[in-house]
Amino acid sequence: MHGSKIPIWFFIGVLLSIYGALIVGYGLFEVATGQLADVQLKELHAPLWWGGTLLVLGVLYVIKFRPRKVE
Amino acid sequence: MLGLALPSFAAGSLPAQLAFSTQPLAHLRLLDIAVIVVYFAMVVWIGFYLKGQSNTSEEFFMAGREMTAWIAGLSFVSANLGSLELMGWAGSAYQYGILATHWYWIGAIPAMVFLGLVMMPFYYVSKTHSVPGYLDLRYGREASTVAAVSFAIEMILMSGVNMFAMAVVMKVVLGWDMTFSIFVSSVAVAVYVGLGGLRSAIFNEVLQFVLIWGGALLVPILGLIQTGGVDGLKRQIMHNMKTMTGGTVAGDSYFHMWRDLGSFSANPMGVHWTGIVFGLGFVISFGYWTTDFLVVQRVLAARNLRAARMAPIIASFFKMATPFIVILPGLLGLVLLQNPDGSRRTLVGEDVVAACGENSGGAIAKVDVCQTALSKTTLTPTEQQKVLDGGVNGELHSYNQALPLMMVRYLGPGLLGLGITALIAGFMSGMAGNVSAFSTVWTYDIYKALINKKGSDSHYVLVGRLSILIGVAISIGAAYLVMHAHGIMDYVQALFSIFIAPLLAAILLGMFWKRATRMAGFIGLLAGILFSASLFMWVKLTPAALASVALSPDAKPMAENVFRALWAFLFSAILIIGISLVTKARTDADLNGLVYGATVLPKEEPVAWYRSEYTWALVVAVLFVALNIIFW
Repeated sequence: MHGSKIPIWFFIGVLLSIYGALIVGYGLFEVATGQLADVQLKELHAPLWWGGTLLVLGVLYVIKFRPRKVE
Repeated sequence: MLGLALPSFAAGSLPAQLAFSTQPLAHLRLLDIAVIVVYFAMVVWIGFYLKGQSNTSEEFFMAGREMTAWIAGLSFVSANLGSLELMGWAGSAYQYGILATHWYWIGAIPAMVFLGLVMMPFYYVSKTHSVPGYLDLRYGREASTVAAVSFAIEMILMSGVNMFAMAVVMKVVLGWDMTFSIFVSSVAVAVYVGLGGLRSAIFNEVLQFVLIWGGALLVPILGLIQTGGVDGLKRQIMHNMKTMTGGTVAGDSYFHMWRDLGSFSANPMGVHWTGIVFGLGFVISFGYWTTDFLVVQRVLAARNLRAARMAPIIASFFKMATPFIVILPGLLGLVLLQNPDGSRRTLVGEDVVAACGENSGGAIAKVDVCQTALSKTTLTPTEQQKVLDGGVNGELHSYNQALPLMMVRYLGPGLLGLGITALIAGFMSGMAGNVSAFSTVWTYDIYKALINKKGSDSHYVLVGRLSILIGVAISIGAAYLVMHAHGIMDYVQALFSIFIAPLLAAILLGMFWKRATRMAGFIGLLAGILFSASLFMWVKLTPAALASVALSPDAKPMAENVFRALWAFLFSAILIIGISLVTKARTDADLNGLVYGATVLPKEEPVAWYRSEYTWALVVAVLFVALNIIFW
C-alpha cells in the first residue's frame, strides 16, 4: 500500500503461509500414519493440496510484498 | 454488514437456534484452535502496527485517503460479505434455489457500476468525509442531522446484533459460551479499530476477504466432486424436488432466476419480477451500495478519483463470483446433507426448530406445538416421528446451518479451523465496519457539527478513539439486550430497510437535480423515514397487510422488503420534487462540486484502454447480462 511500510498483502502472505504450513503438516501426518480424519472424501487428501495451495500463495506474497527500506 | 442481505435471519430467528441445539455441530481439535489463535494475534498485530499511521483525523477517519483501487475495492465488497450473509444466503439457496442469486447480481452489480462511473466523482470531488457530510453540503444541516443520527443509531445497534449473532453461531456450531464470544470479539475489535482507525478496519476487511475465500471455497469444490458436477447436482435435486417443495412449485424452478417470476405463486420465493427489478435491483440495491456510508466510506478512502471509480468496479467482479461460495453450498446441501444413519437430512425453518425446543431433561418441551410445526414442513411422517422420538437421526437443523453443516461434512482438522476462522473474521470485520463508520459520523457529523466546532485536529482524533470504545461498550449492551428480548432483533434489522429508501431519494435527487432545495431534502428524508417505518409497523402488527404492501395475496415476507422500499422511495421522491418546486433553489455556482450539471469535474490523466474504468465496466456489464441469460 502506498505510504505504508508494510503492505496489507504482506500480512496476508504471512497468514496464508502459517495456515498453509499447519494444514499441509496435518495432511502429511495423515498420509504418513494412515489415520484419516472422519470426513467425506477424505481419500482425496484435501489438507495436502489445499494447504499446499495456501502455502505457495502465502510464500509468494511474503516474498513479493516483503517490507523494504524506504530511501 | 447485515444491510442488504437479510434472508431468513431477518425473522429474528437467531435466538431460535438456541432453543433446540444442545449438541454443537462441530468439535475443534488443537490444530483448529491454533488457526483461530493465529488469526486473533494477526489482527491485534495489525492494530498495533497501524497505530503509528493514524495520528491525524484524515488518517484515522479516512485512512489518509491513500488506498489503492484494489484495496478499496476488496474492502468495499468485503464490508458486505459478513458471516450472517454467508450463512443466511446459503440457507436461502437451500430454500429457494438460485433465486437467491438475485441479491448478488441484479441486487448489487448495476448499483456498484453506477456508483463507480456516475456518483463517485461527486462524492470524491466534494471531499466529503461521509454521506451525511454530503447531505450537509447539498441540503444543509437539518437533512444531514437526520441522516447522521439515524445512521449512528443503526450502526451501533447493528454492531450489537453482529456481536450477538456471532455468539449464537459459536454457541450452536462449537458450543462456546456466549459471554466468552462477546468478550473476546469486542476486545479484539476495540483494540484494532481503536488503534488503527479506518485503515485498520480496511486492512482487516481485506484479510477477511481472503480468509472467507480460503476457508469456504473448498466446500463447493468437494461438493461438486461428490455430486458428479453441476449436471449431477441438478439431476439429484430434480429427483428430490417433490418432497422439498411439497409439489407447489414447478420442478426445475430451483434453477431459474427469471423464468418463473411472472407470478408470485410460480416460484419458491413468492416474489414477482417487478419487485426484483424495481424494489431490489433499483431501490434497495442502489440505496445500499451508493448511499450506505458503511460501504461508501471504503471507496472515499481511495487515493485518487480514478482509484475511487475503479474500486466498485473491481468489487463487482468478486460480487458476481460470490454465489459460488454461498449459493452453491446451499444447493449442494439439498442433496448431500445426511443424518448419521445415511438418510437424507432435511433442514427446516427456524420457527420449527424453536417449536421443537427441548426441556432440561433433553425431551421435546411442547410435543403438540412441535407436532403442529412439523406437519407444515416437507419432512415425511417417518422423519417427523424420528424428531418426536429424539435421538441423533431425529435432530432438527435450520436452513441457516446449511453452510456450517457442509463445512463439518468435508473439513477435517486445520481446514475446519480455517472455515470457522473465516466465519469469526466475517463477524468481527462486520462489527469493526459498524463502529468505524459510527465513529466517523459521530465525530464529524454530530460532535463537530453540533457540539464542538472549534476543537483541534488531535482533539477530534481523541474523540474518534473514545467513540470507538464507547461504541463497542454500547454494542455489548445491545447484544445483551437482544439476548434477553429477542423480538428487538426484528426491529434493529429493519432499521436499514426503513432508512435506506428515503436516503436514496434524497441523494439521487440532490446529486442529479439542481432544483432540489434545502427544505425539500429535509422534509422528504424525515417524512420518508416515518412513512417507511409506518409500513413496517403496519405489516408487523397486521400480517395480512403484506398482501396490500406487496400487491398480491400470494406474496411472501421476502416480497415485503422490496416493495416497502419501493413505496418509501417513491413517497420521498414525490415529496422532494413537490416541495422543491415551491421553494427557492440554490444557484449553480453554489452547487459546484455537488450536483450533476453544475460541476466541473477534474480532468483525469489518460490511461491505456485496458486500464480504463469504462473498459472494465463494459466487461462487468457483458458478464452480468450473460450470467442472467445463462441462468434465465
